[in-house]
Amino acid sequence: MIKNRVLVGMILFVASESIFFLMLVLAYVHFHNVTGATAAAQLDPIKTGLFSIALFSSSFTMWLAEIARKKENAALVRLWLFTTIALGVTFLTGQGIEYARLLMNNITISRDLFGSTFFTLTGFHGFHVLIGLLLLLLMFGLAVAGRKDEPTHVGMQSVAIYWHFVDAVWLVVFSVVYLWRYV
Amino acid sequence: MTEASGTHRPINWLAEIPEYQGLWSWVTSIDHKQLGIMYITSALFFFLIGLVLALMMRIQLMVPMNHFVSQDSYNQIFTMHGTTMIFLMGMPLLFGFSVYLVPLMIGARDMAFPRLNSMGFWVYIFGALMLYFSFMGGGAPAAGWFSYAPLTEKGFLSNPGVDYWALSLLVIGIGSVATGINLIATILTLRAPGMTLQRVPLFVWMMLTTSFLVVLSFPALNAAIIMILFDRLLNTHFFSPAHGGSPLLWQNYFWFFGHPEVYILILPGFGVVTEVIPVFSRKTIYGAGFLAASTVAIGFLSFGVWMHHMFATGLGFSVLYVFALSSLFIAVPTGIKVWTWIATMWGGSIRFSTAMLFATAFIIQFTIGGLSGVTFAVIPLDWQLTDSYFVVAHIHYVLLGGMMFAMISGIYYWFPKVTGRMLSEKLGKWHFWLMVLGFNGTFLGMHILGVFGMPRRVWTYPYGLPVVSALNLFSSLSAFVLAGSIVLFFWNMAHSFVKGKIAGDNPWEAWTLEWATTSPPAPENFDRLPPVYSRRPLWDLTHAAQEPKPAAQESTHTEPDSGSEPGEQP
Repeated sequence: MIKNRVLVGMILFVASESIFFLMLVLAYVHFHNVTGATAAAQLDPIKTGLFSIALFSSSFTMWLAEIARKKENAALVRLWLFTTIALGVTFLTGQGIEYARLLMNNITISRDLFGSTFFTLTGFHGFHVLIGLLLLLLMFGLAVAGRKDEPTHVGMQSVAIYWHFVDAVWLVVFSVVYLWRYV
Repeated sequence: MTEASGTHRPINWLAEIPEYQGLWSWVTSIDHKQLGIMYITSALFFFLIGLVLALMMRIQLMVPMNHFVSQDSYNQIFTMHGTTMIFLMGMPLLFGFSVYLVPLMIGARDMAFPRLNSMGFWVYIFGALMLYFSFMGGGAPAAGWFSYAPLTEKGFLSNPGVDYWALSLLVIGIGSVATGINLIATILTLRAPGMTLQRVPLFVWMMLTTSFLVVLSFPALNAAIIMILFDRLLNTHFFSPAHGGSPLLWQNYFWFFGHPEVYILILPGFGVVTEVIPVFSRKTIYGAGFLAASTVAIGFLSFGVWMHHMFATGLGFSVLYVFALSSLFIAVPTGIKVWTWIATMWGGSIRFSTAMLFATAFIIQFTIGGLSGVTFAVIPLDWQLTDSYFVVAHIHYVLLGGMMFAMISGIYYWFPKVTGRMLSEKLGKWHFWLMVLGFNGTFLGMHILGVFGMPRRVWTYPYGLPVVSALNLFSSLSAFVLAGSIVLFFWNMAHSFVKGKIAGDNPWEAWTLEWATTSPPAPENFDRLPPVYSRRPLWDLTHAAQEPKPAAQESTHTEPDSGSEPGEQP
């Protein structure tokens, strides 16, 4: 059993957040027979898929950053943290571009059930990515300007747990929202 | 055990602890004991407010065609009563007990995250203030404590009451999840040396389960609340049938949270009586393993029964059968608990202190409430009784007659530890008997009212219904007896806090670790911890000469990490 209270706390938080996202995904799924057509017509799985690859690979770089921290290689910690942040920002930029295009096409949160469920689900995911980026920036700031043992290994581990979680949620959201049309 | 009172101890009263003096120390505190006291005090304050709201309803229903309050106010009153009693009274009360007691019981210095603990409390206070601000902000919420859609949609309730309700519960929900995470992390990582999970007091087991339920069920409520807020503020259509939305979705979300929630409320009560009954029966708890296991079983099952709140919504029969079965099934672990409490009392030398009286009444009343609850698992009976006063009687038997009696028992039991003074037993007995009479008088008749078809949440009822009128009058009069007993209880607490007998470390000759320190405990909790070889460390201490078993130290289970984070734990 994990004996570190920080990691226990983060794992429990992620468990709690999983239920939260489960409910949002279920709301989307519940209305899919109404909203599926709009989703197929308006969403671009290829473009969003490319931006998604950025997010998925950021999980990999985060893992590398954590290993670098474990081996106390400060230069690599900075490098991989920076890469992770850059990939996360890329993903959010992609989401912003997509939102802008949808809003141009008059798909808003209040227009129909597709807008309601789509923007609530992806919006909350984007919000979680943003929080993750803030945490990563904190880690990066500590890696650049912090004391010798900062960021601590436990700190890196807990942020990594959160970041992998955000990533895993997107895997589910992307599959349900963008890939359902191919089923 | 009592020889501790012979040693000279300057501080034996809460108000004398230097660290706790001054208002500022109570605002900035991150001490789990201060936060626990603040939780419990605020919860009891909202208990009084909820009681006043309840009395207003009982006055309105005292006679037929009454006009004590208007129809619209009545809706606001029952909504605020339910929301207050569950979210502003019940949850904070159990959190107060747990953040105060859990670190003491497992021999820790504080919670795992003391600042998060403080955040949880203040977030609750702000949420509570926001909820009550609605009275000034354009009208209180009026859709009942479970706020069914589509009544909560903007088109049906246009005043901002529901917005306040949703925001306040969202804020309180986030604080509750934080406190739940905090409690689990505390129990899993901060146990004293020797305090394995098999040796923690059963209260801690119940709180562990409760905390898991909080962490896993509140996000469902939060998600649903965000959707209703978006529906109202951003014009989304989740629950609005006019735009294809689904009101049933709200019910599913709400009860996916709501049914674990009732176990969140009752499990700490189980924990309290599980601590009280053995101490006053002078026996070890019967079937401790069964108690812990049945608690965990309840925790799992509670996520699989939510649809029995929705039997009347036209679900398919296969769904009905599955949830009827699971709802019947969840009564089994609860029955095991009742059995173990009775078996613990059986043959013990029972001391009927006030705490024990409340625990005993809890068993009886909770069993009645539990049986009326199982009634709803029987589908035809559910269809007959749903939304009637039978439901009102049931929920009050489990929550007031069950949870609240257990919590009051806990207050009589732990008040000496928290404040250093004993509560008056004489006033306590008056409080107990008046409360038993008042409570049963108020709610026993409601079972019959429900069977006679009186719907809940009605503002008034017509003349010429003999049984209904008589029972309502009797219920209202009993409610005043109940309220009087609560006033007596508050007087007892206030008076005993100043003038009560000095308690000493361990007035009840109990066995768990919280009684090993001074009353009230110093801010650092323990000078030194007694070794823990069993579930009853203080018993081992007084009977140490017979069999010290250091071999028990090499237990295979989770050794606590007292050394893993140097510098964190003084």
